[in-house]
Amino acid sequence: MTTGKSEYFFKHRHIFGIEQFSVEDIAHILSTARSFKEISERPIKKVPTLRGKTIINFFFESSTRTRLSFEIAAKRMSADTFNIAASTSSTTKGETLIDTARNLEAMRPDIIIIRHASSGAPLLLSRHVNASIINAGDGAHEHPSQGLLDMMTIIEHKGQMSGLIIAIVGDIAHSRVARSDIIGFTKLGATVRVAGPATFMPSGIEQLGAHVCSSVEEAVDGADVVMALRIQHERLKDPLIPSLREYSTFFGVNRKLLERAKADVLIMHPGPINRGVELSPDVADGPGSVIMDQVTNGVAVRMALLYLVLGGEKNSDG
Amino acid sequence: MNTLIVLQNGRVIDPANAVDRKADVWIQDGRITEAGSAIPPDAQVFNLEGKWVVPGLIDMHVHLREPGQEYKETVETGAQAAAAGGFTAVACMPNTNPINDSASVTRFILERAAGAAARIYPVGAISQGSNGAELAEYGEMKRAGVAALSDDGRPVVDSQLMRRAMEYASGYNLLVISHSEERSLSHNGSMNESVVSTRLGLKGIPNAAESIAVFREVALAELTGVPVHIAHVSTGDSVDIIRYAKSRGVRVTAETAPHYFTLTDAAVEGYNTNAKMSPPLRSESDRQKIRIALQDGTLDAIATDHAPHSILEKNVEFDHAANGIIGLETSLPLTLALVREGVISESRMVELMSVAPARILGVPGGSLAVGDVADVTVIDPERQFTYTKEMIVSKSANSPFIGWKLQGKAVLTLLGGRTTHNVL
Repeated sequence: MTTGKSEYFFKHRHIFGIEQFSVEDIAHILSTARSFKEISERPIKKVPTLRGKTIINFFFESSTRTRLSFEIAAKRMSADTFNIAASTSSTTKGETLIDTARNLEAMRPDIIIIRHASSGAPLLLSRHVNASIINAGDGAHEHPSQGLLDMMTIIEHKGQMSGLIIAIVGDIAHSRVARSDIIGFTKLGATVRVAGPATFMPSGIEQLGAHVCSSVEEAVDGADVVMALRIQHERLKDPLIPSLREYSTFFGVNRKLLERAKADVLIMHPGPINRGVELSPDVADGPGSVIMDQVTNGVAVRMALLYLVLGGEKNSDG
Repeated sequence: MNTLIVLQNGRVIDPANAVDRKADVWIQDGRITEAGSAIPPDAQVFNLEGKWVVPGLIDMHVHLREPGQEYKETVETGAQAAAAGGFTAVACMPNTNPINDSASVTRFILERAAGAAARIYPVGAISQGSNGAELAEYGEMKRAGVAALSDDGRPVVDSQLMRRAMEYASGYNLLVISHSEERSLSHNGSMNESVVSTRLGLKGIPNAAESIAVFREVALAELTGVPVHIAHVSTGDSVDIIRYAKSRGVRVTAETAPHYFTLTDAAVEGYNTNAKMSPPLRSESDRQKIRIALQDGTLDAIATDHAPHSILEKNVEFDHAANGIIGLETSLPLTLALVREGVISESRMVELMSVAPARILGVPGGSLAVGDVADVTVIDPERQFTYTKEMIVSKSANSPFIGWKLQGKAVLTLLGGRTTHNVL
């Protein structure tokens, strides 16, 4: 039946990155996530929506938070979940990603959630299996569920994304979170500023919509949201920065720096935090910090993604 | 005496002899012979109305994978692919297993080349095992039949070794071919450094990784007075350096590959491993500068860097995928596109694909004068086809051009008068 309005339809079977989404897609995912968030507040945190569905968590890189978040999301919707870590998988025995994927496929999973050190690995996997693929972080490419939970958290506190000034501070070059955030935030109308040592700024990042600031002070000036990214210790050897101490002195997010931001500035971090390096402890635990809200919303966003890639209400049991 | 072959009514484009006109080419006993007034009744006649007759194409940069990786290509299959693409000779790089760093490996390759569908000119290694440490035995390899020297794929890091290689090679009249890449800068990169690499989250390789190495090679060529050849130029910056070096009288020659004047790094989108090669596909501005350099003579030759890989190396994560694509069967149609677009003339194309490679390597070919060996390529500039996986003659199918509609094709290839390819 046709109505006057065109019916929205979530058409994505796979989730590779925020780049694939329209503004309407993002709004739909977030509104679905908001409706699922309440389930996690119930005494009995389980709905039958994905009963009988098989979901494999296929993690080639170590992860605690994201893997657990996806697993909880799946279980709260009654799906059966299985975890494979790189150390226990056959990839350490020389099996290729595609061979491993075909073997998984033979067991008929409905969704494979993959984290992999190689950018593009989820796309490669999707070409060889019938299951829906959800990217849980691939190389320095994208981390779409993180981008979505960040958007959900900001909108929860600020009402909307449009018109906000958001500063992302840290290693933009090696961060898949930064890419998903920059793409998503700008799609929704926010201004994104990035700051960090020049060695952390990837080529052409302006063309993705980010404003590159010459100092962290400039980036934070008048900001509604400040997000600090985790500094990976291996960057010291690359060599991209001389020491964590120097990084912290010039790019650490602390109280004093935040005096330049709006009074009600939100502090975010994709975790895990190096306390005292990219974020001072008082800021991480301070009044504007929504870092734990990010974690809570992560479950809701992932429930929404699992639900939507399997066809939403058309395919659900509840 | 063998049958007389008459290539009739074709447009003969033979810039080495300042010929570009409709004419007949007569071949007897594997050589070009004086055209007579009447064609004998027993002659084998090819009517080539509307076709171009050019000296056999020469690809001075291919990988034939034998010995060691015969599942990707062999001398035999590589030569067949060459013939199908209109090539009558190829120079094969030494990064086989074992590496061609000794007379015995050179002799093995040449034994495999006997009776092949193309002339095979092995390129010997610059250093033993291409390890960048000690010189290989150039004299022995030259005697066994190498045509040039290169550590292609494993560029010489040590500038002193490169200097000594160039000097020592000159004593045997051997050209050093440089894979110009500063590895400490291209370090772990898997594509061009650009907004595309940033968006895809792939580690980038800046143009400077090539410029630094190209500049070193021309500086060493100037220092030693010995010629050097720059392989697979991918950037506008390299072109500028080579142009400058030539203006100073440095004895430098250079080649580029069809993918560098046809594609840009946008081809990597979707993590297409058939768009991964070393050096990587660059920006549109680089592509334009390479086209101009082919026109103005800064670049001397077109070579394919034909690099066969199986799906084992290509159907994997992008950053784990092997570098390189096959090119022998698409080089001519992609170059003919430059002719149609007015970038280069027909005779310039023949210079780039035949005359110059023969001259740079110091091998026969590139000319259709009476008495020359009858290596001849006949081109149908109008023939249109869709390049499909099924039509590939090479043992591997790693090409970004599969599915492309191409125009212009080698329809007849003669190697010393022997037909090695005929789709007339």
